[in-house]
Amino acid sequence: MAKLNDPVHITFEDLEDVVYLLKKVADYDLSGYSKSSLKRRVQRLMDMERMDLVDLKNAILNVEGFFGYFIQEITVNVTEMFRDPLFYHELKNVVFPYLQTYPQLRIWSAGCATGEEAYSLSILLQEENLLGRSFIYGTDISQQAVNTAKKGVYTMAKIKSYTENYNRVGLNSKFSDHYTAMYDAAIINNEYRNSVLFSNHNLVSDNVFNEFQLICCRNVLIYFDRELQRRVLNVFYESLSLFGFLCLGTKESLYSQEINANFKVINKSLNIYQKIR
Amino acid sequence: MTKAENIILIGGSAGSYSLIISMLESIPVNISSAVIVVIHRNAKYSTQMEKSLSLKLKRPIVPAEDKVMIENNTIYFAAPGYHLLIEPDRTFSLDISDPVNFSRPSIDVIFESAAEVYTNRCTAFLLSGANNDGAYGIKRVEYFGGTSIIQDPLDAIIDTMPSSAITTSSKAKVLKNKEIINYFCSIK
Repeated sequence: MAKLNDPVHITFEDLEDVVYLLKKVADYDLSGYSKSSLKRRVQRLMDMERMDLVDLKNAILNVEGFFGYFIQEITVNVTEMFRDPLFYHELKNVVFPYLQTYPQLRIWSAGCATGEEAYSLSILLQEENLLGRSFIYGTDISQQAVNTAKKGVYTMAKIKSYTENYNRVGLNSKFSDHYTAMYDAAIINNEYRNSVLFSNHNLVSDNVFNEFQLICCRNVLIYFDRELQRRVLNVFYESLSLFGFLCLGTKESLYSQEINANFKVINKSLNIYQKIR
Repeated sequence: MTKAENIILIGGSAGSYSLIISMLESIPVNISSAVIVVIHRNAKYSTQMEKSLSLKLKRPIVPAEDKVMIENNTIYFAAPGYHLLIEPDRTFSLDISDPVNFSRPSIDVIFESAAEVYTNRCTAFLLSGANNDGAYGIKRVEYFGGTSIIQDPLDAIIDTMPSSAITTSSKAKVLKNKEIINYFCSIK
């Protein structure tokens, strides 16, 4: 492949071509993704690989394994444990008392990237003595991210910033109770890794696979256009048991989506909702 | 609700806040443009900046929300902790990918994105700040035919950001604070 010196900027029309090609050759439909954000990610990958548009299309068509790499790189895998400590605080104090009443709990961390959110939920459940009757499903479109999530190993640099988040949630235990550090990395304790099943799931094309009492899908919908957001919210609605909870990112509101009539707002600024019909 | 015909971008960091207030105060009551303000601020603390400014200036000042149409006569603030982008259909889009120039929102990201969609109907102001964010964005605004304006480093409280953009820009106007305010008084 040609190695370019100056980055080549792609246009929205170029992006359409790439999206079309992916759908044709790999049956992956990115047409419902936010275009501006997707274009930035494709541009970033091209800059990194020093590819022009012809190289990129050629790689998608002809290079073995490129497609998985492409999906890994264009999906945003930025995540943290206990991101938005206030959210976890609210979850523990407002949502968990409801969840206490269920004999068994199934929880879905949708678009879980490298697993941090799923493990955070698992730790929070343990703190409230709910982990024993809970099972968490962590799903993501990127197989690479799922593989990382399964390992439950994070660098100490990351653990340091997660600790700052954790300390602001207001829990009794120390964050260090939940992992084992070795050299410059830490592994999340066994009990948490055994409580989560990570697998590949594509919110664009896959459907309901279980019934849940709690679904967390935070900072995923912002990458989708309104129509795809509608589809995904419908999958969540169908997947929730009656009076189950849906948690979205702090900038992702149900407001202006029709489905919001079926939900009660539990916390407006943190976007926590309860299915009521 | 009418879609904004023109877009005016303001990118500022350390030392830009009071100038931005003066700029916004100078905007005429009815304009056919949308104004988007990106200030680097900490995502860990929620602020009431939009609300208090709204009261002070007696006009809508709102956070830029995901997939919401960009309207004229409205002043938007980029949410802390997220990059702000503009879709080809002229709605906002948020993005939480890695910081750019240690910043999220990054001025480069919104400048480039707005410039591509609004082309010659995009005007970008780059103000005081302590890093290099915005320099690349100013270049992209110029590339797409927009107008680029940089605060005179002599007038900037911290001149790193304007100075670095002046070095890489090919055609930016460099304006004094007073001239910047005058510009905002005459926005249509």
